[in-house]
Amino acid sequence: MSHAAPAIKPFTLTCEVNGRPVALEGSRSRRLSDLLRIDLGLTGTKLGCNAGDCGACTVLVDGAQVCSCLIAVGQVEGRRVITIEGLAADPRFEPLRAAFLRLGAAQCGICTPGMLMAAADLLGRDPHPGEDAVKDALGGVLCRCTGYQPIIAAVLEATRAGAAIGEAALRIGSAVGARIARLDGAAKLNGTEIYGADAIPVDALHLRVLRSSWPHARFAIGDLTPLFHRYPGLVRALRAADVPRNGFGIYPEIKDQPVLADGIARFRGEAVLALIGARDAIEALRDDDVPITYQPLTPVLTLDEALAHDAPEVQAGKTDNILIEGRVRRGHPAEAFEAGALTAHGRFETAYVEHAYIEPEAGWARRVGERIEIFVSTQTPYMDRDETAGVVGLSPVQVRIVPSACGGGFGGKLDLSVQPLIALGAWLTGRPVACVYSRPESMVSTTKRHAARIDARIACDAEGRLSAVAIEADFNTGPYASWGPTVAGRVPVHAMGPYRVPNVATRARAVLTNGPNCGAFRGFGVPQAAIAHETLMDDLALKLGMDRLAFRRLNALRTGDITASGQRLEASVGLVACLDALEIRWQAALDDAARHNARRGMIRQGVGLGCSWYGIGNTGMANPSVMRLELRRDGTVLFRNGAVDIGQGSTTILTQIVADALGLPVGSICAIVGDTDLTADAGKTSASRQTFVSGRAALEAAVALRAKMLRLANASMESSLRIDGDALIVIDGPATHRIELTDLPHLDGVVLRAEGRFDPPIVPLDTNGQGVPYATYAFAAQMAVVEVDLELGTVKVRRMIAAHDVGRAINPTLIEGQITGGIAQGLGLALMEEYHPGRTDNLHDYLIPTIGDMPAIEVILIEDPTPLGPFGAKGVGEPGLVPTAPAILSAIRHATGARLTRVPALPHRLRAAIKAHEGAS
Amino acid sequence: MGAYLRPRSLPDALSALAASRWLVLAGGTDIYPAHVGRPFDEPVLDLSGIGDLRGIDEHADHWRIKALTTWSDLIAAPLPPLFDALKQAAREIGGVQIQNAGTVIGNVCNAAPAADGVPCLLALDAEVALEAADGGRRLSLDAFITGARKTACRPGELVSALILPKPRAPTTLAWFSKLGTRRYLVISIVMIAISLDVDSDGRITAARIAIGACSPVARRLPELEAALRGRTLNSALADVPHENHLAPLTPIDDIRADAAYRREAALTLIRRGLADLGGRR
Repeated sequence: MSHAAPAIKPFTLTCEVNGRPVALEGSRSRRLSDLLRIDLGLTGTKLGCNAGDCGACTVLVDGAQVCSCLIAVGQVEGRRVITIEGLAADPRFEPLRAAFLRLGAAQCGICTPGMLMAAADLLGRDPHPGEDAVKDALGGVLCRCTGYQPIIAAVLEATRAGAAIGEAALRIGSAVGARIARLDGAAKLNGTEIYGADAIPVDALHLRVLRSSWPHARFAIGDLTPLFHRYPGLVRALRAADVPRNGFGIYPEIKDQPVLADGIARFRGEAVLALIGARDAIEALRDDDVPITYQPLTPVLTLDEALAHDAPEVQAGKTDNILIEGRVRRGHPAEAFEAGALTAHGRFETAYVEHAYIEPEAGWARRVGERIEIFVSTQTPYMDRDETAGVVGLSPVQVRIVPSACGGGFGGKLDLSVQPLIALGAWLTGRPVACVYSRPESMVSTTKRHAARIDARIACDAEGRLSAVAIEADFNTGPYASWGPTVAGRVPVHAMGPYRVPNVATRARAVLTNGPNCGAFRGFGVPQAAIAHETLMDDLALKLGMDRLAFRRLNALRTGDITASGQRLEASVGLVACLDALEIRWQAALDDAARHNARRGMIRQGVGLGCSWYGIGNTGMANPSVMRLELRRDGTVLFRNGAVDIGQGSTTILTQIVADALGLPVGSICAIVGDTDLTADAGKTSASRQTFVSGRAALEAAVALRAKMLRLANASMESSLRIDGDALIVIDGPATHRIELTDLPHLDGVVLRAEGRFDPPIVPLDTNGQGVPYATYAFAAQMAVVEVDLELGTVKVRRMIAAHDVGRAINPTLIEGQITGGIAQGLGLALMEEYHPGRTDNLHDYLIPTIGDMPAIEVILIEDPTPLGPFGAKGVGEPGLVPTAPAILSAIRHATGARLTRVPALPHRLRAAIKAHEGAS
Repeated sequence: MGAYLRPRSLPDALSALAASRWLVLAGGTDIYPAHVGRPFDEPVLDLSGIGDLRGIDEHADHWRIKALTTWSDLIAAPLPPLFDALKQAAREIGGVQIQNAGTVIGNVCNAAPAADGVPCLLALDAEVALEAADGGRRLSLDAFITGARKTACRPGELVSALILPKPRAPTTLAWFSKLGTRRYLVISIVMIAISLDVDSDGRITAARIAIGACSPVARRLPELEAALRGRTLNSALADVPHENHLAPLTPIDDIRADAAYRREAALTLIRRGLADLGGRR
């Protein structure tokens, strides 16, 4: 700049933070949030965007809620600042915290401080707010987990006099099925929970990644010496050549994604260089300061471009740009389509969708001798361990992953992000190295839900029985494999929907492009496919003149049916029960809509339905979990639980399972979660598998430990147990045995130990997709009631009613939370979410639902137990999302007649579809 | 980190501005989002310490919204129905956090095509008061905002206030609508602000209609305003607007909507606004 900057004068600023006077020195144009977190160590204030879009950093200044990322330190001079830590010390807000805990209003917990501060602002102004006032006050805080419903309920409950603090003074044997408050909940409510960016050592170096702004480019890194002179705090650079094995990936045989691109960037946002240095130097850097020259190359962006016969190769050697293809074939679909009385078909398109967890990727690593320890926000500690070891050139046992609390994952934290870079940095510098992604960096560099194009055909006989389904689904997977093969494997199995279909030909392909790298996102392609099959189900019902629910019930899978993969469903097929549960509400909603629409106003009501099924765990692949339990000589039952809890509640649910299987109360069990040095591999937290797979492993461990405990007293299986200090009490009928644990031999304090392992029984799929891909399936039917403004094409979802067969509801509150949160993401998929690389890398251009977008949600839990699951339980993480968008689209069509084939149904698209429908009819 | 100055008076701020170039900071709701992951390039002049630059004053023939007045200040201020639309716009900006920190004038100075406050301010015939060390000047709001993110503010100048003239009519009715893809925290697809001055017979003596997010700068619709003048307030007002009245608009296709939709939705909302106002007689 040509202007002369005035000299910087030292100053001292005084303000009050959480009731204490604070004198501060340093820059006054810094964000208040940085001052709170870095200088004052008040890391309960969370940073999701640094742009006022997410509200996670909300604090009170002079009693009014503001985003602390938008306030200059200089602006709080003489003012009173209250953070979540201050709120936690204020007993007036105990009912609020208690209500949040009891109602499951905190899942991952990253937005919770912001929500509580916004609620505190409201309750300070209005001690008895109504629901609309709660929404207005909390409207500036985004939550990606809960669907907001539990949060609204908690704020309202907290204002009621004498609100019960529903604490579970639980009796033995009553944990499973109980609405126990999440065991890791308290720390999420008082600001003490530690996420990836919250415990970075003061002496850590920081790492900054330079990224390609081109989707496809050759690049060269110039001489960095002048940069290092200009920023003396820089310590070293990492280039591709510094990475011992510069390739990682999910699959053992595919390590195609470089940690740092080697001369060619293949997507916008790909890492090309990392700089490590003192925090100040790293933060002062401008990307433009770094001498990297790009020579843009023609990118392959769309499916059509990638599949053209003369398309350039995205990956060398992949001549057709097809990463992988999955198929299911059964019966004789061609003949069946010929013979079918009625057919329907369509082409459906879905957009890239961003996970938009409120916690951007973050972590830090340190070298400890010949080992590396990584503290990081992740969904998959063991896979992180093995992959990081691989790229750094270490053996897996040389790497320890200590998972932080995870501020939302949804599949996006199944891939490596900061891990290999901070590990390599710490390994090479010998100092702790931290990396915290900015929001734009998180959005541009990490995976997305695949954009998809699905061609679907379906046929039924004159009575409405499905006879054939043919689906060809192409998924734009980006330049590297990530979880593309998983999508290609899962979709063909599910793409005909949860129905009996004798003749099936489904195919899914993951297509390589220079678009955003796509990976795992809640449902692995099944939500996209569900839009296709459910729209066609409505088509056939309309052609038949049959009620949409009745048509689905006629075709629903039932116990004993054979799936398109040739799997006989032996048990736990609750779809008909789900539909039956909706029936009365369905008819009533149809009647209401008919009455409303008879007035022929501009706002039309519609009622829609979506059904889904979802295989729990990996597709036709091994999927084990190992859980360990110890009885220690001090009387502690220690649960070594490797299943990382990303907010969905596995820590609580697995403990409930252990408690009842042991015959001890939940409160007597302590847990260590996720640390790869201290727990066994439970597999990743994805595919809705932790309750079913790790839950069963935990059950096995508990049964084994209980047997060993009983053996200490030679007691019968029916005996009851109690821990009394460091004594084990065994009550066997009239006899009571007291076993002093300190008298028993022990190893490192462990008197008894037990391990449980479960790997769901599957049969790998053959080339026709025949086998047993999953040991059990979750089923769901959701109905939506919407109002559509015909002239504007806008949609307001008024109600969702979600009936889910979960096998057994171990903790109904946590399950409902998964479903309401899944519905929020499904609503986003249907109505507003569309990621455009380079255009929506923030949370104001990329829209996720706010508290004001959510309908009233009623959850109905169906319990059709699977004999394989713990106490009959299956999984619910992904099933909550899958039927939502189809139900909403079905309701829009019912309201308007417009059949949408592309999501999101942005207002201009819906308006165009309404006009096209009006023109046609 | 660069220099930072927080003057306590307007003259101090103006003399700093006269001496060198600064990034002017008030509510911070536009400046910090523009600096995610990158430091400030310029020294920061923080106006927030100038106590007498906040609030809304009533004068004989106008109101003054001073530079540090936040959206929440505006919502809480006791103001006549003339301001209902502007208050409605304020309530739909961001979330409460943004309303508590962001200033009305910051929104004007940021000059985004979808600036939430601008349509209502245009419909209020707002003027912009600029001050510099060597004197002040006034510009009409449409002369002040010269393009997308461009204003007529010169180096050394600050916007000290918005001047809102009091209408001569006994009654002014105001209506606002913001159309977006979600509730809260949304950048609009279209915004409509309508002010109708109505005499004691229910006749429209002046109409001011402004549309946001359909052109680089929000635009008034003079031909529609002329067509409404002299008409009586009733539900038939909704029949007055037609496609040709939207000639000043130049909507674009972007990620939020396409141009044709914006045009159509603008007309739909204008008709709804006029129907609503027409029914208030």
